[in-house]
Order: sequence, then C-alpha cells, then structure tokens
Amino acid sequence: MEELAAQAAPGTLVEDRTAAVELAGLTRNYGERAALEDVSLTLPVGATLVAFGPNGAGKTTLLRVLATLLRPHAGTVAVLGAALPEEAWRARGRVGLLGHEALLYRELTPRENLRYHARLHGIGEERVERQLEAVSMSSRADEPVKTLSRGMVQRVAIARATLHDPELLLLDEPYANLDPAAIDVVEPLIGSASRRTRVLTSHDPGRSLAEADLVLGLRGGRVALLKPSSDVAQQEIIELYK
Amino acid sequence: MRSPSLRALSISTVAAFCVALSLVFFYAPIEAEEGFLQKIFYLHVPLAIVSLSGFVIGGLLAIAHLRTRDQRWDLRSYVAIHMSLIFGAAVLLTGSIWARASWGHWWVWNEPTLVSFLIIFLLYATYQPLRFAIEDPERQARYASVFAITAGAFVPLNFMAVRLSASYVHPRVLGSSSNLPGPMMLTFLVSLGAMALLFATLCSYELAAKRTRILLKARSRILGFQ
Amino acid sequence: MRVVGALLRKELLVELRTLESVPGMALFAVTTFVVFHFALNQNTVSGQEAAGILWVTLLFAAMLGINRLFVADADQGGFDGFLLAPVDRSALLFAKALSLLAYLFVLELVAVPAFALLLLGPPLGQALPSLLAPLALGDLGVAAIGTLIAAMTVRTRARDLLGPMLTLPLLVPVVIGCARASAPLLQATSGDGGVGPGSLPLRWLGTLALYDLVFGLIAYAVFDFLLED
Repeated sequence: MEELAAQAAPGTLVEDRTAAVELAGLTRNYGERAALEDVSLTLPVGATLVAFGPNGAGKTTLLRVLATLLRPHAGTVAVLGAALPEEAWRARGRVGLLGHEALLYRELTPRENLRYHARLHGIGEERVERQLEAVSMSSRADEPVKTLSRGMVQRVAIARATLHDPELLLLDEPYANLDPAAIDVVEPLIGSASRRTRVLTSHDPGRSLAEADLVLGLRGGRVALLKPSSDVAQQEIIELYK
Repeated sequence: MRSPSLRALSISTVAAFCVALSLVFFYAPIEAEEGFLQKIFYLHVPLAIVSLSGFVIGGLLAIAHLRTRDQRWDLRSYVAIHMSLIFGAAVLLTGSIWARASWGHWWVWNEPTLVSFLIIFLLYATYQPLRFAIEDPERQARYASVFAITAGAFVPLNFMAVRLSASYVHPRVLGSSSNLPGPMMLTFLVSLGAMALLFATLCSYELAAKRTRILLKARSRILGFQ
Repeated sequence: MRVVGALLRKELLVELRTLESVPGMALFAVTTFVVFHFALNQNTVSGQEAAGILWVTLLFAAMLGINRLFVADADQGGFDGFLLAPVDRSALLFAKALSLLAYLFVLELVAVPAFALLLLGPPLGQALPSLLAPLALGDLGVAAIGTLIAAMTVRTRARDLLGPMLTLPLLVPVVIGCARASAPLLQATSGDGGVGPGSLPLRWLGTLALYDLVFGLIAYAVFDFLLED
C-alpha cells in the first residue's frame, strides 16, 4: 500500500482497494515483432498516467489492450480488478476510450451517434442531452458528423467516450485538434478535474507533465522510463525521442 | 528431427503403392463395359475420398486451434487443407480423363461426385488468397480457422445437395462404388489405404519443412539482433 | 435484444441516409433482366430456365449488398465502438443478418414483379404465394452466409474480390434448392398436363431449411472469433 501512496501525487485520495491498472510483464506481438514487451506498472485509482514515446513505440497498443480490444499475448493484465482477457466483460462498460478515430458514423448526427452508444450501454437519453451540453455541441447536434470541423468532431468523440461515466479513461492524444477554448470546455470531462483514473498518451511534455502522477516512457515496445512525475525532468522525455 | 517416423511413413507408403498397383494391374478384373481405362477408378475415387476427408480434418484441426489458441494446430490445419487442395486438383484431372474415356466428353454434369468436387475445389481455392490478404499473422490464423470450419461443414451439405439435384433420368456416368465384386473391392480398399498413407506422408513432409523454416527464421532474427 | 434493436436501428438509419445498398441492388437486378433478354434473344422464359435466371440475378444482386455490409463499420471505427460496449457480440451478427434480410426483402419486392413483367412467360399471380417459401428460405441462407463472409473479408486486402469468391461456392446449394423448388411454379403447364403452375417440391424446401439451420448455427458459433483481436 505504501508504494501505491508514494506513486500518487500528494493530495490525491488513495482508496483502499485494488489498483485501477496492474500490468506485469505484458507482452503483445505483431507477428515476429513485439509491439509491447515486458511492460509492468501499477496505477492507483484516481491517478493519471501519461505515456510518452516516438510513433510505433507501443502507446496506442497499450491503450487498446487496457480497453480490452487487444488480448495480451503474455504477462498479466488487470483493469479495474478484472483480469484480461478472461474477465474482459467485467471491465467493459467501465472503461472509456478516446482514440485517433472518433468512432462516430459520419452520415449520422452527433445526437444520433450518441443515442446509439447510449442504447448499447443501456443509458437513458437524458444523459445524451447533458453530454451534448457539456461539450457545447447542442446547437450543432442535428447536423451529420461529416459536415463538422475536426475540433467539433473531437468534442463529440469526447462526449461519446465519457457518455457511460467510465471509471478509467484511456485517451490517445486527446488535445490534438482542440483550440484552447475547446480544451477548457472538455476539461471537466477528461481533464484532471474529472477525478477519474486516466491513462493518456502525449507528445507534449510541457503540458502533460503537469497533469501526470506517473510517467511512462516507451521505446520499441519496452519500458524506457517509469517514474512518478515529480522525479522526471522534461529533458528525460525529450531523450526518448532521439 | 523426427526422421525415423518420416522414414517409416515414406517406406510404408511406397510399399502400399506397390501392392496397390500390382493389384490394380494384375489382380482386379477388367470391367466389362468400360474396359481397361476403368482402372483409373482405383486412382480417382481414393484420391477423392482422401481429399474430402482432408478438408474435413482441416476443419477439425481449426476447431482445435480456436479452442487452444495454439498456433501449431493452425499449421496442421493449413497443411491438411493445402494438401487436400492438391489432391483435389488430381481428382478433377483423373475424373476428367475417366469421363473422356468412358463418355467421350472432358466434363460431365450428371456425375454428382465430380460436380460437387468442382464446387468444393473452387471454394478451397480461396483459402490461400484469404490468408495472404490478411497481414497480421494472428488474425490471419484465426480467420483461416473460421473459414476452414465453415467450409468443412459445407463439404457434406454440398454433396447432399448436388446428389439430390442429379437427374435420375441419365445414369451415373462413372458408376457407383457401392456394389463392387470381391476382387475389385479388395483392390479398391488397398488403393484407398495407399492413398491415405501418401496423404499422411506428404503432410508430414510439408509440416517438417514449415517447422524448419520457422525455426530458421527465429534463429536468424535472434542472430541479427546480436 | 435491446442491443440488437439498437444496432438494427443504426444500420437502417445509415442505409436510409446514404441509400448505398438497396437501390443499387434493385437497379442491378432489373438491368440484368434486360441484359438477359438480349443475351437469350427471347421474349419470355418459363420453367427451370426462368427459375435459374431469377435466382442467379437475385444472388448477384445480393452480393452487392453483402460487399457493403460491414464497410461503414470498418472504415469509420464502428467495430471498436461496438466492441467497447458491455454486450454480447453475437448481437452484431443478428443485427447485420436481419438488416441484410431487410435489404433482400426490398430487393425482391422490386425484382420479382420486374421479372414477371419483363421476362416471365406464364402469369405469376397463382404461383406467387408458393414462391414465397423458397424466397424466404433462400434469403435466410444468403443472410447467414453473407453476413459471416462479409465480416471475414471486410478487413482484408481486395475485399471486394474475396467476398464473392468465398460466398458464391458456399451458396451453390441455396441456388440449387431455390431454383429447383421454384421451377415447377414458373411453368406454363404443370407436370401432369394440366394448365397452370405445378406444385412446390417439398424435398428442396427441406434441403434449404437444413442448410439454413446448419450454417445459421455455424455462423453463430464462429462469429465472435472474427471480431476479437
């Protein structure tokens, strides 16, 4: 328990239950190559993990494994107390993924898209309206997604990812495509203010380091850096990309 | 690696073929209607039976692969189907020769076995293109297994449907094997056994060759990184 | 159940919005009938010939719909969206098969009258109720196999080519069953010399039903393996 408390930033509430994410020796192959190799870490509930690394380092693979979309090939993975892949069904529905793709049907409107996801998750339609309000998209909610700008699409995607009030947020470069005003709008949903456990990937150490409790550096699928954010200097992160 | 059993298989296959061929040429009587060329029956029908069984076995191996997630089952399934496809080409070839010899045409539609076989051959001919169209090796193996299971279930159903559809007005061109006299039955069974042994031997060779290639690739990869 | 409903609703909504599949299928069928007229150089067809032309045309038109079945999901991240939800994955199979059935239904609503108008010699009226049986059973077979193969080929290279190559051999028994079953219905005179269409051969309906059952079960059993990664 002590190590968990040490990894959380001071002031964060560490609840007395299993960690949000526990990885031990996680390996995921792509043919003969290893997309992820021997990744181990523990993330307490309510904490934020930021993953840095060059493209192809395995950040997206890591998010997709945590989202239960990819099976681990070796090692153990526990997300919100559920062991993957056997108990994936227990974690699904409590995890929200925001990837590079918005996961929205372009011919449908934001409202129709969100209603579809709400029905899949068994959530009422009032929640859809509240989410649209929260990302300031209520006025454009009835236009097909293909007519919206990238920033607007990203906002709707964020509404989708948090629609079911997930305990764990998995965010792949969430602030790309968003202007500062939009970032303020979505902060309560996906930012540190949301009080959810978060794993996000980023290429921007300046901004993300401040939000992080735990910093992960990936290179070639392996862990190159794993430290609490207070011990990490920006220079170390830049080294990862060389 | 496993050369003793491979050698034993090869030897018994050759032996079985010798026995079978001698039976075919010296023991089995010449058929009244079709003459000497009817003897191609001893090649064609065993090829067909072994090939079809191979496809179904490929489906069963695929079930094992999906249940255990062990890639070795997928390799076996692939080899079984691949070999059955090659045998299948031989079936079509020998069937065509036989049709030409006894009926005068290179292809006949009212021999349901041949027709069913053509459909199945066309289906399994897509197995390798399907595999090569998927880059991710793990997904490739998984999808191939799904295909192998579906196609394996298709084999008996297809035979049933085509046989039902065959016209009963025209007699079966290539004759039925259900009421064979004694000497012919014996020759047939021995040929069937020899063909099955040939299938097993060729599959074992191909499996061994593939395993060696995989080992070589793995070792060269390790060496390459050092 | 609720999930299948949600998926089906989304499917039909997208199709209504884009009109990608159904109009193309219907138009293809009608055009094909016209082409057949010129290719056969005949004004009318009947009996087995008519049944063959009808079923082959319906089958190829269905292929167009099958090719497009999962494309929107594969290209717009729909698989992920579904896979993240805490639902039974077979729901996707049911929903897609049901929507394919709906498309086939609309296709036949257009194609069968068009066929009767353009090519069929004997009048269709009396035979139509009996024709519904092979149509329905054939549709079920096409839906089961079509959905399975569509899911298998959508995330491969050359998916437009592989789809038909895989589906057509698998659907041969369906073509046999439907064409043989409907041949007597489309005849000018029935077998025993009377005037009007013959009766429905039950043997073929039995074969079709068996096929539908077996492949429906197989599709249900293996579908999950196509979705996971």
